[in-house]
Amino acid sequence: MKAFRISLLLSMLLCLFAPLTVQAAEETVTFDTPEQAALFHALLREYRCLKCQNQNLADSHASLAADLRREIREQILEGKGKADIDEYLVARYGEFVFYRPRFSSKTAILWLGPFVLLLTGLGAVYIMIRRRAAGRVRQIAALEASVGDGSDEAARLLRARQLLDD
Amino acid sequence: MSLALKLLPLVLFLALAGFLAKGLTLDPSELPSPLIDKTAPAFVVDKLPASDGQFDSQEMDGKVWVLNVWASWCGPCVQEHPVLIELAGERPIPVVGLNYKDQPQDALPWLARLGNPFAEVLDDQRGDVGLDFGVYGVPETFLIDRDGVVRYKHVGPLDRASMQEKLLPLIDQLMAEASS
Repeated sequence: MKAFRISLLLSMLLCLFAPLTVQAAEETVTFDTPEQAALFHALLREYRCLKCQNQNLADSHASLAADLRREIREQILEGKGKADIDEYLVARYGEFVFYRPRFSSKTAILWLGPFVLLLTGLGAVYIMIRRRAAGRVRQIAALEASVGDGSDEAARLLRARQLLDD
Repeated sequence: MSLALKLLPLVLFLALAGFLAKGLTLDPSELPSPLIDKTAPAFVVDKLPASDGQFDSQEMDGKVWVLNVWASWCGPCVQEHPVLIELAGERPIPVVGLNYKDQPQDALPWLARLGNPFAEVLDDQRGDVGLDFGVYGVPETFLIDRDGVVRYKHVGPLDRASMQEKLLPLIDQLMAEASS
């Protein structure tokens, strides 16, 4: 148990240092205005590194990512905006560079699919509830009809039924 | 509940399983190139060795040619190299080697050691040409037709089977096509 505590403490200590090792994917870059710098950092989070596909350009250490960061910086300094840079990257690497795919006829199913599924599910639940309620109304009506005959048996069944429903 | 409705969950499950099974067989590192059937980017770069002067991609107008992106630091390029040598011997078309993000003093001895299949060796130390071609994994091989249009791209080392089955038939087809 003591050994376990020590190892736990050690691993917690190690975790303290973990964040230090994942910094500095980006080179030091300078811009003319704070807006350009903000655009640069926002864009780097939007684009995928093609080499290590689960990292964005801001995080990736791949040399391709460094090249793309350099290119994007140069384009921003030339006064180009997000639309121009999007176009530049899509022409070379395709829509895959976006972490958040753009809405188009090709990606419509991706964007709308979940909502269509949700609506279908809600619709199915609604229909099921309606049917069940209608069935219950019919049952009770039938029981009430038989109570009208003055049958004790039917009256008891009706009470039991109502108790069960509550 | 009708039989069709009862079977619906099973059908949905099978469809999902089918898509997932297909997903297992795809290689996520192989991306479709947006350059296919588009005009290849034009570029002018130094040749290797530098004493050979400059290369202008317009020189290739009217020719079917192969652009292979390689580097001496690239492990799979070693594996691919014999296939390129074979390719250069198989068909009378120029195979141009783009030396991507590499140093000439590393690249030239590498070629001397493994053999040089390239009609031209081009120097792309900064990776600018590679960027224009959307290169993301070396080696990559592009097949460009007489009109300068990219017709085929292979990502990763070219192997003998894909050369025989895809590249060579396509080269023959492009050579038979007249320039428009």
